[in-house]
Amino acid sequence: MTTLLWVSATALLVLAFACLWRADAGPTIQDRILAVNVAGTKAMAVLVLMAAIAGHDFLVDVAIVYALLNLVITLAATRYIESGRLRSESPADDAPRPSEGSA
Amino acid sequence: MTLLLEALAVALLLVGLVFVLGGTLGLVRLPDLFSRAHATGKCDSVGVGSILLGVALLGGLQVGDLKLLLLLLLSLVSGPTTAHALARAGHRSGLPVWRRPKGGDA
Repeated sequence: MTTLLWVSATALLVLAFACLWRADAGPTIQDRILAVNVAGTKAMAVLVLMAAIAGHDFLVDVAIVYALLNLVITLAATRYIESGRLRSESPADDAPRPSEGSA
Repeated sequence: MTLLLEALAVALLLVGLVFVLGGTLGLVRLPDLFSRAHATGKCDSVGVGSILLGVALLGGLQVGDLKLLLLLLLSLVSGPTTAHALARAGHRSGLPVWRRPKGGDA
């Protein structure tokens, strides 16, 4: 049974490197953020698998922190590239601004 | 009963690996941001979610596996949220949507 867990973790690592290729090549900044987000999710799954293999329960806590950081980083980065700031000061800031163009 | 649980766990792990493989292939191969976000949404929610469920079943459903279920809930919420935020950011910054080329078979 441990063999299956090892195989799963190795496959996830290889696929995470494939995501890093997209993060290097992706034409837009959103592609890069998406690729890093998916790679982080895979790292979270690898941490859970390592916790099951080695029997270290604290690795699950590390995986939870990874998932939370992944979510917060992605939301903050998309918010920043979408509106140019991290917080909207008025509701009008949420309206689309076509003058910004494609960056 | 234990054998049944283990078989279910192995099946969930394999299904998760297949979905993660599909999502990563989509991320690498598909032509624009929106289709890539569409592909990795599956990879995030179904793939990693069933891997987490498989690991939780493999441990025999103890109390410590509640953390795995919490992580599953978190990834089920965060996957669609990040995909939506990325697609909205791409749409508002005016990314062109990929269309099938005329006359091509691709």
